[in-house]
Amino acid sequence: MKSAETPLHKVQGLGAAHSGTGHFWRERVTSVALIPLSLWFGFVMLGLVDTNEVVMVQFLAHPWNALLMAAFAVTSLYHMSLGLQVVIDDYVHTAGMKIFLLFAVRCVVIATIATCVFALIRIASV
Amino acid sequence: MADIPQKTGHVRPLSPHLTIWRWQVTMLASIMHRATGMALSAGAIVLAWWLVSISNGPEGYDSFMVYAAMPLGLVVLFGFTWSFAFHFFNGIRHLAWDLGYGFDKHFATRTGFLVLALSFLIAIGVFAFVWTGHAGYLR
Repeated sequence: MKSAETPLHKVQGLGAAHSGTGHFWRERVTSVALIPLSLWFGFVMLGLVDTNEVVMVQFLAHPWNALLMAAFAVTSLYHMSLGLQVVIDDYVHTAGMKIFLLFAVRCVVIATIATCVFALIRIASV
Repeated sequence: MADIPQKTGHVRPLSPHLTIWRWQVTMLASIMHRATGMALSAGAIVLAWWLVSISNGPEGYDSFMVYAAMPLGLVVLFGFTWSFAFHFFNGIRHLAWDLGYGFDKHFATRTGFLVLALSFLIAIGVFAFVWTGHAGYLR
């Protein structure tokens, strides 16, 4: 059967969703970045548990630690946005509900990223 | 799972047929990867809550610890710890598949069991490490 795809559409390789492998690739890039960031995060959480607020502020106020924690939070939340989108794409079949949930997830993710970064700046500036 | 009504009026089930297949560790790991991903989404909100509570000073942090130190809080934190470990190890398993490694049927079954075992080992190990007083080394 002759393809109904135009030659331009074919070479662009973006498919029916107009984003090609973009979502898949972003999910992989964030997951690879999260391997070292998660190891660092685990090391930090074990090191800070059972201490107190003063120790945590002192640790998180250090520029490198603040930067790494921000990187962990932002990368995790972006990865979370991509992952939850797949869950919604798979299970929600009505257009209205799908658009609402995708919008809600992005709102929560952006708000949480902003909250984490703001809290880290506030901790560092005490 | 939505059932799609056919023109003939019959309702036919869609895959995945979870009630039909015999349970296997590969499908369990796949389902758990999605479930732990969703659980960790809630964990990300708690991470933000934790950071905000620290930024609010000692009283703010105490208000977080009231919930974190409750029995229910500890159960939730154990859930996040295990989910984190599982999603981490199974995520690496997925990345290996993306590179084309580990697709052999029996090898995939073995790595499935390995990831499950490692995740519980790490989660229990983390709590044992804290309860025996070895944590808090950044003080």
